[in-house]
Amino acid sequence: MSVSTPTDMAEVKERNRALIQEVLEVYPAKAAKRRAKHLNVSEEGKSDCGVKSNIKSIPGVMTIRGCAYAGSKGVVWGPIKDMIHISHGPVGCGQYSWAARRNYYIGTTGIDTFVTMQFTSDFQEKDIVFGGDKKLAKIMDEIEMLFPLNKGITVQSECPIGLIGDDIEAVSKSKSKEYGGKTIVPVRCEGFRGVSQSLGHHIANDAVRDWIFDKVGDREPTFEPSPYDVAIIGDYNIGGDAWSSRILLEEMGLRVIAQWSGDGSIAELEATPKAKLNVLHCYRSMNYISRHMEEKYGIPWVEYNFFGPSKIEESLRKIASYFDESIQENAEKVIAKYRALTDAVIAKYKPRLEGKTVMLYVGGLRPRHVIGAYEDLGMEVVGTGYEFGHNDDYQRTAQHYVKDGTLIYDDVTGYEFEKFVDKIQPDLVGSGIKEKYVFQKMGVPFRQMHSWDYSGPYHGYDGFAIFARDMDMAINSPVWSMAPTPWKAGESDTMAIAAE
Amino acid sequence: MSLRQIAFYGKGGIGKSTTSQNTLAALADLGQRILIVGCDPKADSTRLMLHAKAQDTILSLAAEAGSVEDLELEDVMKIGYKDIRCVESGGPEPGVGCAGRGVITSINFLEENGAYEDIDYVSYDVLGDVVCGGFAMPIRENKAQEIYIVMSGEMMAMYAANNISKGILKYANSGGVRLGGLICNERQTDKELELAENLAAKLGTSLIHFVPRDNVVQHAELRRMTVIEYAPESNQAAEYRDLAQKIHNNSGNGIIPTPITMDELEDMLMEHGIMKAVDESQVGLTAADLAV
Repeated sequence: MSVSTPTDMAEVKERNRALIQEVLEVYPAKAAKRRAKHLNVSEEGKSDCGVKSNIKSIPGVMTIRGCAYAGSKGVVWGPIKDMIHISHGPVGCGQYSWAARRNYYIGTTGIDTFVTMQFTSDFQEKDIVFGGDKKLAKIMDEIEMLFPLNKGITVQSECPIGLIGDDIEAVSKSKSKEYGGKTIVPVRCEGFRGVSQSLGHHIANDAVRDWIFDKVGDREPTFEPSPYDVAIIGDYNIGGDAWSSRILLEEMGLRVIAQWSGDGSIAELEATPKAKLNVLHCYRSMNYISRHMEEKYGIPWVEYNFFGPSKIEESLRKIASYFDESIQENAEKVIAKYRALTDAVIAKYKPRLEGKTVMLYVGGLRPRHVIGAYEDLGMEVVGTGYEFGHNDDYQRTAQHYVKDGTLIYDDVTGYEFEKFVDKIQPDLVGSGIKEKYVFQKMGVPFRQMHSWDYSGPYHGYDGFAIFARDMDMAINSPVWSMAPTPWKAGESDTMAIAAE
Repeated sequence: MSLRQIAFYGKGGIGKSTTSQNTLAALADLGQRILIVGCDPKADSTRLMLHAKAQDTILSLAAEAGSVEDLELEDVMKIGYKDIRCVESGGPEPGVGCAGRGVITSINFLEENGAYEDIDYVSYDVLGDVVCGGFAMPIRENKAQEIYIVMSGEMMAMYAANNISKGILKYANSGGVRLGGLICNERQTDKELELAENLAAKLGTSLIHFVPRDNVVQHAELRRMTVIEYAPESNQAAEYRDLAQKIHNNSGNGIIPTPITMDELEDMLMEHGIMKAVDESQVGLTAADLAV
């Protein structure tokens, strides 16, 4: 349990408000005024979390955000496995995004799939001065020669491309023509655009629209359509998430014709406009293309949440409601089939995790979506925030997820997050690799909620069992009682309790 | 004597390259050892010295060799009239790449390779419009200490001179760059000398020299020569020698300019009767409209 857990809701809110004031005090007046708008305490019944979002970070605060290139290359395009994604520009962006985000995929790397490989134009001074278009064309030729089974190429622009005005569209078009109509997608995701990786998602979505969908045009699908065709949108298959989701949809009798973009292929992107329903997991990064398909092709889309049995059940029923009764019956069968598994998981782990508190800070959908999974295990999320969320994310969070009194922190700064955790002393922090060691050194158990700490999947029923095990492993590890902080000798008892 | 670092700026087409090469040739006649650094992708800052159409540029040679690190100083430096050393930065063809970065790359290369040793003057000839940070490099990084602005009595040339002064002012305190003075290259516009002197006064500097228009400059240019070399006894050669002597004597007299606003510039033209006071209600009306 926490060092001091206020039990009364009024007390919690009071403490959280005081904490916000405390962290703001260290900032210069102007910075404090700006940061104040991003911090709040959630109020029951409000339509959003009462924070500003999607605003430029303040220089010097150590934001946890990424850039537009990260959003396009790292998130949306990178996992498309049978295309080769060129990091176009100096070598660093490609080097540090090499090997992707554990977007698992099936295929033979280097032969027909390329996700964990890194292709970069490795700009030198002369490419900046004279333009990199000639080099880009040459790289495409090399790709065609060395990896003849690639199904397409994307050009992921790094910052200098936008500064020197390279015409990557012209190169893409002429090379596409030269290679007999191969899809080559130029993406203008220069890192300086926008305030975070979020604009990169949007730009990448638009590139799918303009260079994949529009190219396919009215061409007939190369598969026999069925009334149960769905596409999974916004699942990046981290640690196999999309696979443990897909089987549930298939067991319901639906046919998954595409996965975006984890373990995805260009053929799946091209097939998606023929889907009957788009099921959308990461709303933040792929709502744009879902809305486009709704407007242009009349395909409805539905958001779902496959974290933890409560949300899975709710989501399966919601998805089934778009189809006939047979599918709806199947959904109930699937729910019933897995109930024994989830009951066993809960029976095993809930007693060990009941009442434990969690603070989250992640991107995309997870600051809200995982709350249900924790609650299924009897845990409570007491603080959460988005790296690059927009107001619609905070609306969904307030209306469907967070409890009254939850501390909300948008685009949290390194200092704020550390201070909040130090004062609230949750039993678990879930965030990314940059935060991990700060909190572990504070003696607070930690799980990486971007990469699942090299574990996973966490989606679906199978994923829930792994999720529960991992959270238990982090919180109840005996290691916390073995490393008492020397200058806090008297407090080691607290940790011993936590370790039980 | 310490190294004099000068630069010629001014509106595109005003005659910077011609004026600077003639002046530098005259300085060489005075026994000065000179390095010319052309900072214009057109690479025409040294053609009169070398009698060449265009010199091989640092950047084109670097692109051929792989990178600028693969070059030696003697690959890029040519010796012209009176042992004047000539280098051209060069740059991409219009529409691609980043010429500004090219200027930065070239100047760094020259410094690292000791191009500035054993000379009395280095002169930068910079593209007319300072469009980005790269072209401001000679001002910004304290490369050039004295800036000479080539201008004429035309409105836009004066406008450009004023803008360049703003650039100098911006970097005057962080570096040591100063405005050396204005050089008026006669266009035979109305009251040209008077206007040039007036603008110089407003900027807090002086009109170093008024270079009269003379067709001999054109004749020399066609032969890819300076007037100093082509017709050393001509009046025009004497003018350039006079200008060279003035610049030579101007050491340490540079000032931090006091640029004026666009309104002040227009007022100045009106004062001299070049521009009629314009009734604001007439702005944007065509001549035909006004005749009605």
